[in-house]
Amino acid sequence: MVGALNEYLRNIWTMAATVLDGMAVTCSHFVRTPSTIQYPDRTDIRVQDTLPYRYRGILEVDLDICTGCLACERACPIDCIVIDAKKDMETRRMMLKRFDIDIAKCMYCGLCSEPCPTGSIHHTPEFEGADYSLESMVRRFVNEPVAAYKPKKVEDDPKITPILDRGMRYIDEFASPEERKRAAG
Amino acid sequence: MLQHFLDTLIADGTFAGMPRDVVYLIGMLAAGALVVFGFVLNVAGVTTFVERRVWARIQSRVGPNRVGPQGILQWLADGIKLLMKEEAIPFAADARLFKLAPYIVTVGFVAAFVAIPFSSTLIVADLNLGILYITSMTSLVVVGIMVAGWASNNKWALIGGIRAAAQIVSYEIPAALSIFTVILITGTLSMQGIIQQQGWGPWDWFIFHNPFTFVGFFITFTALLAEGNRTPFDLPEAESELVAGFVTEYSGARYLFFFLVEWGNLYVISAILVTLFLGGWQVPPIPVITDHPVGRNILEFLTFFVKSYFGVIVIMWIRATLPRTRVDQLMTASWKYLLPMAFVNFVGTALWVLVWPDGFRFAELLLTAIGFGLVVYFVSRVVHYLRRSGAKITLSPLS
Repeated sequence: MVGALNEYLRNIWTMAATVLDGMAVTCSHFVRTPSTIQYPDRTDIRVQDTLPYRYRGILEVDLDICTGCLACERACPIDCIVIDAKKDMETRRMMLKRFDIDIAKCMYCGLCSEPCPTGSIHHTPEFEGADYSLESMVRRFVNEPVAAYKPKKVEDDPKITPILDRGMRYIDEFASPEERKRAAG
Repeated sequence: MLQHFLDTLIADGTFAGMPRDVVYLIGMLAAGALVVFGFVLNVAGVTTFVERRVWARIQSRVGPNRVGPQGILQWLADGIKLLMKEEAIPFAADARLFKLAPYIVTVGFVAAFVAIPFSSTLIVADLNLGILYITSMTSLVVVGIMVAGWASNNKWALIGGIRAAAQIVSYEIPAALSIFTVILITGTLSMQGIIQQQGWGPWDWFIFHNPFTFVGFFITFTALLAEGNRTPFDLPEAESELVAGFVTEYSGARYLFFFLVEWGNLYVISAILVTLFLGGWQVPPIPVITDHPVGRNILEFLTFFVKSYFGVIVIMWIRATLPRTRVDQLMTASWKYLLPMAFVNFVGTALWVLVWPDGFRFAELLLTAIGFGLVVYFVSRVVHYLRRSGAKITLSPLS
């Protein structure tokens, strides 16, 4: 009899104590900073700047260091890269007439940026490419025919050097450990 | 007061020859419309917005903040959206009862506002059975809920309606008993009478009058929470169980009525608690403001509003904290725990008033100190949890 009364009173005490303790926990949550990221207009820094270096966003081509080797066109599994490159017989230089990447077809696999010898085709952290028309999904990187880049043993053109450095750093990311050892040693 | 105002207007000749009763009727309808559209619906709507923001901050998110400055027009957008929806009535539903249910629920809810004392003069009608009138009118809501559940011709809606009836009827008894515990002290059912017997300081409030009313406050709070179908007792609407409970088949403006009544009811519950236990609109006699009647009325109104809105926020806080009770746990809590405790409080308060008719000052002060100590302990627990988590604090509600 007394045991039942004890249990009854203990039930009441447990209920009151646990409810109030729970309310203390939620009150402590009430004053904490919310963890919501209010994309896209109320973020502290641009979301693109928070992405890691190897993030495979929309493709970009640096035509200044493109050698016209067509390795990316051959590597693409979906044929979304279309390049018109012909060796001009008079100047003995490769001329790039067309370099189109269809970002709607692109599956962002990275297979094109891996074989590029200079790292001119690379992924950017950009991911906001949605638009209302299918035609705007084709990125055309060549306005008028340009000459392709002829790689030299030591690059001396000050305009090209930073672009080449970025490109080489990019393809270094894809190197296997043996290749890295070979490059270092 | 309204009658006096209308009499002066009739004497001025504003109502050129209309019979007196017609003028009174028009005056009453105008005052009622003003209260309903100017205050009740807006409070109910803004409460939905405040609930979403409070709930979101407790859950580490932000809540609606786009529709107006800080999202403050969100409730208007929701209301307009619901009004524009198609009002589908199920084919086999009882159409007349289906259409009637929202009206019953809304009448029960709005009628309670007639007797709520916003300040010493701002009360629509100071009925001499004020508190009994309010509990009766809020019980009209359960009739509407049952009609809605039955008329929907939907087994889950029916289950929701029946659960609501069982719940509200069983929690009506401890609620009424605890309310009458306070009436034992005051001797009057009139809302203004109850408040006038309290004072402005916490030691004069009825919650600290004797230990039985102290426990009675929490019993009343729990029982009224169950009457308003709020978590942890929200089985009738049970968002995650019965689709939407008794409002499953409702859409458009009819759903809007149920929606508004639920959130507006929070305010009525809180107003009842503030009137009975927390001193209502009593303000300290500050020389500059309280001498002038308008200033005093404004201060009293603000005191009442802030106290009852704090109660509303505590109810939202509980909703964010506790899980839902099962049906049998609900019934157990009412009949096996709240009811015996309410009886003990009733008898205890009756004996207390017999022994100390004017109140035992020492007990009041001791209980105030205990209450204050509980608040301090609670805050220390909150600080303990904050420190343990090491999280960043943002006190500003703006985002």
